[in-house]
Amino acid sequence: MAERRFPSPFEVEGPAGSEGWEELYTYSLPFSEDRRSYEESVFWFQDGIHWPDPLTPWDATWYEYAIASLSQYNTRHYLIPPALGIDYRVLYGYAYLTPVPVTDPAEIEARVPQFMERAGFYFMNWNDLYDRWVTKIKDLIAEMEAITFEPLPEKEEMEVITEGRGMGSGLKIQEDYRRLLNLALKLWQYHFEFLNLGYAAYLDFFGFCKEAFPNIPDLAIAKMVAGVEVDLFRPDEELKKLAEKAVELGVEDAFDAPSAGDVFARLEGTPWMDAWNEAKYPWFNFSTGGGFYHQDKIWIDHPEIPLGYIKNYIAKIKAGEDIHRPLEQLRAERDRVVAEYEALLATDEDREAFRQKLGLARTVFPYVENHNFYVEHWSHSVVFRKMRELGNVFVKEGFLESTDDVFYIKRDEINEALWDMYSAWAVGTSPRGTEYWPREIARRKRILDACKQWNAPPALGEPPEVVTEPFTIMLWGITSDSINMWLGAGDGDGGGDLNGFAASPGVAEGPARVILSPDQIGDLQPGEILVAPITAPSWAPVFGKISAAVTDIGGMMSHAAIVCREYGLPAVTGTAFATTTIEDGTRIRVDGSTGTVTILD
Amino acid sequence: MREFVLWFDQYRESDKPRVGGKCASLGELIAAELPVPPGFAVTVEAYDTLRDDTELRSNVRKALAEVDLDDPDSLEHTSRYVRDLIEASPMNPEVERAVKASYRELCVACGVEDVPVAVRSSATAEDLPDASFAGQQDTFLWVRGEDAVARAVQRCWSSLFTARAISYRHETGHDHEIISMAVAVQKMVHPKAAGVAFTLNPTDGDRSQIAIDSSWGFGEAVVSGEVTPDNFLVDKVLFEITRRTISPKAIEYVLDGSDSVEKAPVPDDRRLAPSLTDHEIVAVAKMAKRAERHYGRPQDIEWALDRDLPEGDNVVLLQSRPETVWSRKAPRPVARPGQGLLDGIVSTLLSPVHTRDRLATTEGSDM
Repeated sequence: MAERRFPSPFEVEGPAGSEGWEELYTYSLPFSEDRRSYEESVFWFQDGIHWPDPLTPWDATWYEYAIASLSQYNTRHYLIPPALGIDYRVLYGYAYLTPVPVTDPAEIEARVPQFMERAGFYFMNWNDLYDRWVTKIKDLIAEMEAITFEPLPEKEEMEVITEGRGMGSGLKIQEDYRRLLNLALKLWQYHFEFLNLGYAAYLDFFGFCKEAFPNIPDLAIAKMVAGVEVDLFRPDEELKKLAEKAVELGVEDAFDAPSAGDVFARLEGTPWMDAWNEAKYPWFNFSTGGGFYHQDKIWIDHPEIPLGYIKNYIAKIKAGEDIHRPLEQLRAERDRVVAEYEALLATDEDREAFRQKLGLARTVFPYVENHNFYVEHWSHSVVFRKMRELGNVFVKEGFLESTDDVFYIKRDEINEALWDMYSAWAVGTSPRGTEYWPREIARRKRILDACKQWNAPPALGEPPEVVTEPFTIMLWGITSDSINMWLGAGDGDGGGDLNGFAASPGVAEGPARVILSPDQIGDLQPGEILVAPITAPSWAPVFGKISAAVTDIGGMMSHAAIVCREYGLPAVTGTAFATTTIEDGTRIRVDGSTGTVTILD
Repeated sequence: MREFVLWFDQYRESDKPRVGGKCASLGELIAAELPVPPGFAVTVEAYDTLRDDTELRSNVRKALAEVDLDDPDSLEHTSRYVRDLIEASPMNPEVERAVKASYRELCVACGVEDVPVAVRSSATAEDLPDASFAGQQDTFLWVRGEDAVARAVQRCWSSLFTARAISYRHETGHDHEIISMAVAVQKMVHPKAAGVAFTLNPTDGDRSQIAIDSSWGFGEAVVSGEVTPDNFLVDKVLFEITRRTISPKAIEYVLDGSDSVEKAPVPDDRRLAPSLTDHEIVAVAKMAKRAERHYGRPQDIEWALDRDLPEGDNVVLLQSRPETVWSRKAPRPVARPGQGLLDGIVSTLLSPVHTRDRLATTEGSDM
């Protein structure tokens, strides 16, 4: 039998027309001959949860900031004993990650007391530190909001002279951009301040339950720690409130207007409009995707999206349905589940340990669940808005044909483009950028279009013995099972079943609808089963319509799994092949309790 | 006023001496709202009416006084003689009336004409331990019709005088004249499917699970091991079906035309069909959990889906007894003694958690 391993990143064939793709990224991001022997000797998995599509040059900023920030906390802050960071690369535009273990047992040993001291401090002071975190994030967002990008003026304002400032708009725009980037990196430092530790605590409780009850469903454990009121669900709650308000005020008909602008025109000056304006900031800074791609629409910038959901909720209210999540019931159910498993434990010591571990998991969980809204949704929305402001400046200068072309420039190149623009403005001649950038961006678009056609392999390199990095296990769901599944993919056993994580209980049968982009979710018909690479939290409002969800990627703690559980939607995540195996309209059966998907037709 | 019949669902603890252990436990299960097939006890007072027949009494006394307890033939002969006497003597008319009327009531309650019942002895005191009866002689299955039921009751009574019972009582110094017994008359289930359930996972002792083995027809097929049953694992707290294994079920025990139970091959269309729907699986699991709660320890249960009951509400409990394998083992603690919260986290980080099967143990081991 052939040795079971994945293709080398250096041997895998890329799509035609993708030549030159390496130039779209920071020089250290693509696989390269310079680090070939290392890169070929480790295991890489494609991060389909966050970056399922090829990365545009500026969007890769989030990728690099996120993974490096995650890593530093393992490696340099908390010193997670068996794990360093997660190394990251790009191949034909796609993100590939590898967890970096600590291999020397003596070093692992040496890290233990330091981890205990550092992580211990955070666990002991968690609530205080978290409260401070919320303030820090909000302050950071306010700083970002304060940045504006405007076209360079024909002449400097008189105040520049009379106040004796001694500097000009060209300096300011460059400083502002660099500050935006620094704030973006700081944002991601904040993002991981607690997350790694939160996952470690969760993993500990999880491991305890699995040892006490080898057959306990993963979702039972998730149920015991899950929060009932979570900021991530707040945007949907606000939609529901606005739907109720519309019915209360008798203005439902306004939602039949053909466009968002028309709807607003009809509701101008009404108390409903006030309620909308209250709710939208910050809660509609909500991406239809994961928040990492500039092309993911954000509710506040595309109000037709939330308005559409509100219209659906209005219809439900008028049909007599209860649209609210039964919070009391959810709490009571969670308490019952905890009490019963606790009672099934063998000894008093076990019960004590269970309570302690659960207690810590509950302490960390609000952060684990909430941070996603503050960072990937709210903060990212602000940054994308600011980048578009900058894009508009470049459009006015003739550097770009359209605003979003700004995302085809690498983050450091923007500094050069700004320099070119400023310098020409300072000198009073033409910048080179008006010729250079349109041509270069057109080339980059062609390259990325080619990359979009590529079937990115789920994994590369040497499969690992064990995985110890907590994120890799809990969030990405990379376990021996998933690795085995990928290894077996080439075997083509062609059975009618897909296997994945039993992410959210229940069984449903129905026609599949394969969704490859957030723009398609409007196509979903009632009773259909959503099949997607991954789902986004902001899709929650359609979960009342569909009967189940199936994803290619995602572990028990992925946001898709969390949201499906909250909304009571049967779900199987991490199947690896759902979107490439199931066709639109095929009848499938989803068993979210056992983690199986059966193709019925 | 002597009470010759007591319904299981009217049972009170104070009735125990009158109805015996078997009826008492069935009464308790019904009181705990477990779905036990209905029935009634023929009380010790009914048995005691035998003693009103002075001629019978005197003949029995004489035969027992003359038996040579060291001679198995004599014992056997005397036993046969006494049993025949009892079975031949007419039942007290009031007792007969009570038994037959109760049986008719049971038929109505079950909605089945001449409902098949099991007629079994229900021992009442320490002087009549179950061990003193040979099982075949005091249990009559699939009895139909009020006459047959009355006869079966008499035959249960006579089983107090098996050779073993006579000899046992002599050794333990119990007086044949004052011993007594009750009889349980209980509806027999005609099962669509049946099997066993454990309120833990018998493979690894996991107490958070309920394991169900199920197959078509009477539970004999599963209990005897003649069939490879469908197996389901259900989480006890969430009632999620965590594992399903459907097996090829080759044979089943069914009723033939003449009211006897016999083995038959399972038709092709049912061999690989699940013997339980998801709803039924959860219903069996829920019932098993209730039984465990009632007894306060893990149970080994026999259950059936009764064809005579409506779909969706047809799970019945036939037997529940303590699980003996895992319950006998010392509880295996998970928490490490003296380990603090942080130590636990370190330990979790250091051991490859959450990986299910290690890569090295899977196929392709020539890596």
